[in-house]
Amino acid sequence: MQKRAYYGLYIVIAILAVLPMVLPNSFYLDLAIRMAINAVIVLGLNLLIGFAGQISLGHAGFLGIGAYASAVLPTHFGWHPLLAMGAGAVATGLLAALVARPIFKLKGNYLAMATLGLGIILNIALRNEATWTGGPDGMPVPAFGLFGFELSNDKQWYWVVAILLSVSVWASLNLIDSPFGRALRALHGSEVASRVVGVDVVRYKVAIFVMSAVFASLMGSVTAHYVGFVTPNLADFFHSIELVTMVVIGGMASVYGSLVGAVLLTALPQALATFEGWETVVFGAILMICMIFLPKGLVPTLAAKFDKGDQA
Amino acid sequence: MSLLEVNDLSIHFGGVKAVQNVSFSIDAGIVYSVIGPNGAGKTTLFNLITGVYKPTSGEIRLDGESIGGKSPDELARRGVARTFQNLQICMNMSAIENVMVGAHLRLDRNLIKAALRLPGLTRRDAELREEAAGLMRFVGLEKYINARADSMPYGALKRLEIARALAMKPRLIFLDEPAAGLNPKETIEVDELVRKVADSGITVVLVEHDMKMVMNLSDRILVLDYGKKLAEGTGEEVRKNPDVIAAYLGAHA
Repeated sequence: MQKRAYYGLYIVIAILAVLPMVLPNSFYLDLAIRMAINAVIVLGLNLLIGFAGQISLGHAGFLGIGAYASAVLPTHFGWHPLLAMGAGAVATGLLAALVARPIFKLKGNYLAMATLGLGIILNIALRNEATWTGGPDGMPVPAFGLFGFELSNDKQWYWVVAILLSVSVWASLNLIDSPFGRALRALHGSEVASRVVGVDVVRYKVAIFVMSAVFASLMGSVTAHYVGFVTPNLADFFHSIELVTMVVIGGMASVYGSLVGAVLLTALPQALATFEGWETVVFGAILMICMIFLPKGLVPTLAAKFDKGDQA
Repeated sequence: MSLLEVNDLSIHFGGVKAVQNVSFSIDAGIVYSVIGPNGAGKTTLFNLITGVYKPTSGEIRLDGESIGGKSPDELARRGVARTFQNLQICMNMSAIENVMVGAHLRLDRNLIKAALRLPGLTRRDAELREEAAGLMRFVGLEKYINARADSMPYGALKRLEIARALAMKPRLIFLDEPAAGLNPKETIEVDELVRKVADSGITVVLVEHDMKMVMNLSDRILVLDYGKKLAEGTGEEVRKNPDVIAAYLGAHA
């Protein structure tokens, strides 16, 4: 039963390995890279939302910290991109811990409200600090290099992102089926029961929130270097909502659901481009239909259909 | 010395005095029952001792150490386990995982090691799975070892709670109405199970409405009424106590 979950990982790796050969042109390669980046963020977010049952509406803010750390620190202070990326992740982790600790001591789900506020503050800060960030226009990001080797073309970026995604899927699967992961799911299932068996609930919620925020920050840095330009839109509220929607559509508490959600919602705006001006409306309608007919998300709903056979 | 000592324990919710100046002590290795009419404060008493509520006043000692006001996870570390009257099963997990969560404090909970699936951790988890399956057999849930929690019937979930509590390897286990909602046959099975748990050396504190079960199992009984201690003693003593008879059958009986 546990073994079976890992079969999916092999399929993911196989798809990632074959994909560059079948993609017709660089437009699709670019799309695949953006899908994979989103998938890693959504994996982390799903650990928080789907597995631990805590909602964050400000993850794009954390993504923004990572992206701007990679833009500002090398540009203005001459930091090495890797160091800048690390600094962004550490800063994000500290900020997330600082915000989460007092919130999780309260009963009830206040995280959504607090992260909503935090995300908006971060976005406004990025827009207003124009001397450092270029304000609403954004700023260019230097290329990412390591040991004299520079990541310059999309093929190279594809392999970097594909490896990051494979490792993230593997690590997520490991985490879920471990003492840490069980504690996380247990506090979602019954907080009082998990406390009584000895789970320090606050610590676990903080840990997973910090982890998912750091994931977002790291992938924000990757996005910044890959695109070569950052704008405050990366960190805005709608991006946060988009990420949460990926979790929900793909399937809460489903690793592969996270991937499906990220792939679909990254592709959808492209596919809807032909509707010219109406794409947002169609986008909204698809989301509504999904929520009405597949409230648990795509992957868990389909998995339940297949499982019916061996349940009985 | 008693394993658990409660002195003058009270909790007030606003003007409601749910538990008032209750004192008793429980010796190691016995089955101790708490009975009383609905609303007498039995579950509140459990919540106080297991750290879910903090007492307004009074003292709770476990093995001589004061534990009043400690959090549930600190109490879990000291070997205090419990089940819940209104089921607290994690429906988002499989049955056996619910039991495995009970062993939380005995495991390496490191996040990094878990994410990297280090061999030591995996091996320990495989052993734990065996142990949890053994506990499920012990409580009579052998046919649900591979089941999802949300596909199990009510009676089985009641036992699953007991299995989870046993996975903590507790010294003291609080069972809050383990037979509530069960049919007579299931009640007899739970009765036998509680006996088996007590025989394994764990001190049992039981809240139960099924008087046959209480009288059959208990070494001592505490009777609560309106949050106050009404009587305490062996089954025979309690049964003959005029205050107890009055509380259960009405003042003029």
